Amino acid sequence: MHPFDYIRPATPQDAVAAFANAEAGARYIAGGTTLYDLMKLDIERPPLLIDVTAIAGLGEVDIGDERLRVGALVPMSTIAADPDIGRDYPVLAESLAKAASQQLRNMATVGGNLLQRTRCMYFRNGADGAFPCNKRQPGSGCAAIDGLDRGQAVLGTSASCTAVSPGDWPVALTALDASVEIVGPAGARRMLVADLYRLPGDTPHLEFSLTPGELITGIEIPRPAAGSGSTYHKIRDRESYAFALASAAVVVQRDGDLVSRARIALGGVATRPWRATEAEDLLVGQPLTIETALAAGRAAFSTATPGHHNGFKLELGARTVADALLIAAERSRT
Amino acid sequence: MTDDHSVDDRVPPRNGLDLSRRDTLKGGAVVAAAALTGAAPGPAAAATDVAPLPSAPRHGLRLQTTVNGTAVSVDIDTRTSLLDLLRERLALTGAKKGCDHGQCGACTVHVDGRRVASCLTLAAKLEGREVLTIEGLSEPGTLHPMQQAFIDHDALQCGYCTPGQIMAAVACVAEGNATSPERIREYMSGNICRCGAYVGIVAAIEDAAATMGRG
Repeated sequence: MHPFDYIRPATPQDAVAAFANAEAGARYIAGGTTLYDLMKLDIERPPLLIDVTAIAGLGEVDIGDERLRVGALVPMSTIAADPDIGRDYPVLAESLAKAASQQLRNMATVGGNLLQRTRCMYFRNGADGAFPCNKRQPGSGCAAIDGLDRGQAVLGTSASCTAVSPGDWPVALTALDASVEIVGPAGARRMLVADLYRLPGDTPHLEFSLTPGELITGIEIPRPAAGSGSTYHKIRDRESYAFALASAAVVVQRDGDLVSRARIALGGVATRPWRATEAEDLLVGQPLTIETALAAGRAAFSTATPGHHNGFKLELGARTVADALLIAAERSRT
Repeated sequence: MTDDHSVDDRVPPRNGLDLSRRDTLKGGAVVAAAALTGAAPGPAAAATDVAPLPSAPRHGLRLQTTVNGTAVSVDIDTRTSLLDLLRERLALTGAKKGCDHGQCGACTVHVDGRRVASCLTLAAKLEGREVLTIEGLSEPGTLHPMQQAFIDHDALQCGYCTPGQIMAAVACVAEGNATSPERIREYMSGNICRCGAYVGIVAAIEDAAATMGRG
C-alpha cells in the first residue's frame, strides 16, 4: 500500500482547508470500507487521508414534516434500523438493510456510501497490469466489454466502460428526488443525488460531479406524498450479502385505482443510479396490474444494450421493476 | 486475559510446559516489547505487550486506544489495519485474516460495542475507542454463553471462522436481531463458514440468545 499521512480535522472548514493545502490526490475518509479496500488493491494511492469522522454535527437524523435530513456521518446501520424511517420511508430503510453486512453497515456512512466505487472485477483486480481498465487508467482499454461481462451494466454504457454503479442507497435516494449538501473550497452548495453521478462516456474515470475538495455533509429527502407506497426490491445471486444483479427503488402514488405518480430508479443494471422515466410515464393514469407493471418494467429496459453474458438482466430487471411496483402499490392508499 | 482458556488456540502441553499457541507467539513478541507506563496489569494485560516495529515508519503516528479493557499506547504505520495491529503487534490472534477485504467476517471484533470488520478498519481510527476481541469476551476460566453454545451445538468444523462468528453472534443478539432463525441468518450473512456449519451456528445463536436474555 502506498504510504500516506493521516489527519483528523474537527470542522468541515478545517477539512476543506487541509485538502486545499495538500498535494494532489488527497482523499477524505469516513468509514473507509471502499477507500481503504481499494488502497489495499493499489487502485487508490492517496498521499494524505483526511479523516472526517471527528467533525461534530454531521451525525444527526432529523425527521421533519416536509423532509428527512440525515447527516453524512450517520452509519448505514442506524438508518436501516430506524423505526420511524422504516415506517415513513420504507424504500430508504430497505435499501440499506439489504446492503453489505451488519459489520460493514456499522462502519460505512450514508455520505461515504454515495461515493462507493464500482465492483467491476476488471477494475478491482487489474492494478498489477493483468487487465486494462479505462476507469483505473484512462485510455488503457476495457477488459470487461469482451470479457466475462455477466455482472456488467446494460444501461448507460459506452464503448469505454460498462461498469455497474454498485450502490443501493443512491438508487433509493434517486427515486425520492433527494439532494446532497456539499461544502468545498468555493463554499457550500446543494445538488440532486441524481446529478452526483456521471455517465462514463469517454471519461469513465470521472465518476462524480463533485469538484476536488468538495465534501458531502448531509442528505435531504423530501417526504413522499401522504398515502404513497414505496419499496426497495433487490435480486442477488444469493439471498443476502451480495451486490444487486438487478434492483428497483419504487414510490407509487394512487388516485383511486389509478396511478397518479410513479417514481422508479434502477440498481445493478446501469453505470449510474438510473431513473426510468419512460416506465414512470407509462404508468400515469393506469391501474397497477401484473400486466401494466410488467409493461413498465419492459419500458425501463427499452434502450438497454446487453453484452455477451448479461442479457438476462433485461428480463430479470423488468420483472424486478414489476414486482417492486406491485409491492409498493400494495403499501399505498388513496 | 483468556490465554489459558480460549476456545480456539489450546494445544496440549509439550515437554512439560503448559504453553498455548498464543503464549508462544506472545513470548516471541515480548522480547523487545516497548515498555508502557500507566497500564496496570489486569485481565487483559497481554494486550499491552506490544511488539515493536522493525523500523520507524515514514508515515507513523502514536495511537492511544483500549483493547479488552486495557489501555494501549502504540506507535503504528498509518497504513496499519486494526486486524494487523491486533495480530502482529498485540499478539491477539483470535481475530483471523480470511479475505482482508471485508467479505468473509473472520476478522470481526467490536469497537465501542458494535461489530466491525477489523481488516477494513484503519487502526488510526481507533484513537480513544474501545476494542473488544474474542480474547476479552469472557473472564479468565469461563466461557461466554455464546462460546459454550458453539461447543454444545458443534457449530464449527475447522474453526477458522469461529472467533469472527462468535463476535458477530454476540453483537447480533445484543442488537435484537436474533429473534428468529430467518433473522439470525440474515444478520449473520457477513460471516462465511467454508465448512458449512451454518445449521449448528444458527442453533447455537438461538440457544445463547435465550441464555443472554435477548431474542
